[in-house]
Amino acid sequence: MSKLTMPVGERDHSQGPEDAAVTLLEYGDYECPHCAAAHPVVQEIQRRVGDLRFVYRNFPLSESHPHAESAAEAAEAAASQDQFWEMHDTLFEHYRSLDDGHLIGYAAQIGLDVNEFERELRERTHEDRVREDFMSGVRSGVNGTPTFFINSVRHNGSADLDSLLDAIQQMV
Amino acid sequence: MTSQPFPHILTAGTPAPDFTLHSTPDQTVSLSEFRGHNVVLSFYPADWSPVCGDQAALYNELLSEFRKHDASLLGISVDGAWCHRAFTENRHLHYPLLADFEPKGAVARSYGAYREHDGYTERALFVIDGEGMIRWSYCSPVGVNPGAEGILEALEELSAKGVVQ
Repeated sequence: MSKLTMPVGERDHSQGPEDAAVTLLEYGDYECPHCAAAHPVVQEIQRRVGDLRFVYRNFPLSESHPHAESAAEAAEAAASQDQFWEMHDTLFEHYRSLDDGHLIGYAAQIGLDVNEFERELRERTHEDRVREDFMSGVRSGVNGTPTFFINSVRHNGSADLDSLLDAIQQMV
Repeated sequence: MTSQPFPHILTAGTPAPDFTLHSTPDQTVSLSEFRGHNVVLSFYPADWSPVCGDQAALYNELLSEFRKHDASLLGISVDGAWCHRAFTENRHLHYPLLADFEPKGAVARSYGAYREHDGYTERALFVIDGEGMIRWSYCSPVGVNPGAEGILEALEELSAKGVVQ
């Protein structure tokens, strides 16, 4: 029913070939336990489905999850040093420990320029970008996290491996 | 909660029935206070139920978008004001939840959004303009979070027509 209103483009963070048969897109929140649980599911799908592109967009519900917004901006700050995915994986692996001290620790751990990273967080450099992700989700019918789109169509089933793999198989 | 096949909620072009309900144990809110401004009315079945929580969390993030269209959001369920207070504090909600509590569900009934068979309110949305006219309404299956794109489209249409300056 619901379709992706903002097509995948240059602005997006993606893994896998641009012309893949299947594009799996997730709207997620780094402090959401369901998203953290879906993270290894996505990695398993990437291992199993050869011709797949994965795209991640931010959908932080910051009143429910007090660190979700800064974690999303931290991932974007890592992206400006070309290390989005390293930070993305780290955040989901530590979704219970996302206060500023931890975020800076993760930045150091993955080898970012920590001063630059801290400056971008402090100045809210990526606030607009995260909000743009969020609103693109709202306009595409995202109502909670995680929400997946498979080739621009919303996946209404659950976020477990079988359900997502089934839906992907039907696309190819 | 089983679903009712054809809820008969009020539709666009109908005047919105006025009401006065408690938002906290010692404060009330009336629809008529919002004359001259747009209102989004969100009836939902119950505080604390999982889908309601998600829906509230989402709308909570969108209050600034609603404000861009001069719209205030009001949530309504049959829960009492004390229950609403606890839910509001727990979820850090920044919009009022109104208690359609006594007589139970009377306001929901006036909008066609009361579920006689189980005593909850429907998951129903109304966009009301500054003249108190319903301009858009939508009833979602009780277990389905309707998201917000319908509300935003309705508000954009209202702003485009310049009904509320």
